[in-house]
Amino acid sequence: MSKIIVVTSGKGGVGKTTTSAAISTGLALNGYKTVVIDFDVGLRNLDLIMGCERRVVYDFVNVINGESNLKQTLIKDKRTENLYVLPASQTRDKDALNKEGVERVLNELAAEGFDYIICDSPAGIEQGAQMALYFADEAIIVTNPEVSSVRDSDRIIGILQSKSRKAENGEQVKEHLLLTRYNPVRVTEGEMLSVTDVEDILAVELLGVIPESQDVLKASNQGTPVILENTSDAGQAYSDAVQRLVGKDIPHRFLEAQKKGFLARVFGG
Amino acid sequence: MGLLGFFKDEPPRSASVAKERLQILVTHERNQRNAPDYLPALQREIMAVVSKYVNVGDDDINVQIDNHDQLSVLELNITLPN
Repeated sequence: MSKIIVVTSGKGGVGKTTTSAAISTGLALNGYKTVVIDFDVGLRNLDLIMGCERRVVYDFVNVINGESNLKQTLIKDKRTENLYVLPASQTRDKDALNKEGVERVLNELAAEGFDYIICDSPAGIEQGAQMALYFADEAIIVTNPEVSSVRDSDRIIGILQSKSRKAENGEQVKEHLLLTRYNPVRVTEGEMLSVTDVEDILAVELLGVIPESQDVLKASNQGTPVILENTSDAGQAYSDAVQRLVGKDIPHRFLEAQKKGFLARVFGG
Repeated sequence: MGLLGFFKDEPPRSASVAKERLQILVTHERNQRNAPDYLPALQREIMAVVSKYVNVGDDDINVQIDNHDQLSVLELNITLPN
C-alpha cells in the first residue's frame, strides 16, 4: 500500500516545493520507492527545483487525459535511486484536474509499487489545492513563523478536516507541522514567533523546524534538493524531518541561537 | 534583552503581539468554520425584518453560534441607533 502525503500551506512562497523536493528525495534515499507530483497546473516549478526541467516530455494532465502513459511521463531522478517526478502541466486550464482522473493516476502509481506518493500542492484553496489534498493519508503543513502564514495554515487544516476523502469517510488525515525559514536569533529577540507559539496556535504535531538558510536559494539555483547538501543546517533539518516522518523519534536541532559573548549579553546585542 | 534593556520601559515584543492577535483571530475563524451553512442566510433575513422597523446597517447585526458540550447557543446581537 502506498502512502499519500500532501505538502500544503494555503499561503504561497513558504517553501512547499522546496519541502516536496527535499522530503521526496529523503524518502528515496532511505530506500522507499517515491514519486513526487506537481499539482500546480499552469505554474510548473517542481521540475526546476528537482533539476529535471529539460527532461519534461509529458505531464500530469496528459496522463489524466490518456494522452500518455505513466511510463512515458514519469521522470526518473538522475541523482537519487527510487525517485520519480511527475511534472505539472503548463496548460492554462486550471480545472484540468478532476477527482476521477487524479484518483486513477494515484491508483496506477500504487499498482506500480510506490511506497510514498508526495503531492506538491499549489498555493491557495482553489481546485488545484483541493485536488492535491483530497486523497491524502497524511499532510505536511508548511508554515513560516509569520502571522499570515500561520492563519492560512489554520485555514488549510480546516479544509483537510472537512473536505478530504478521509474526512468524508469519518477518518482523519494525519497532520504534521513543518516550520520553515526559522530564525532562532530573532526568536530570542522576541521579534519572531517561536516554535512553541506556532504549536500552541495550530495544535498540530511538529515534524521539524528548518532554519532560515542561504543554502536553500543556492540549492534551488542549481536544481538540487537542499536535503542533498549534507553540510547545510537546512539540509540536515530536512533529513531529520524525513526520519520522523517514517516513525523514528529523534530530537529537534537548530532551535537555539548561537550563544552570545559575555559583553553582548550584558549590554544587549 | 541585556541589562540596558531591563531598565528601559519597553513595549511588548512584536512576537507576543503576533501570538495574541493570531490566537484571537484563529479562534474566531474556527468558530465560523464550524457554524452551520444557513447562518449567513439567517442573518440576511433577520436583517431584512429588523430594518423594516428600525434603521440599522449591515454592521449593526452579529449572529454567532457557540458550541458547548451538550448544547449550542445562537447569539444575536443587534445594535440599535439612538
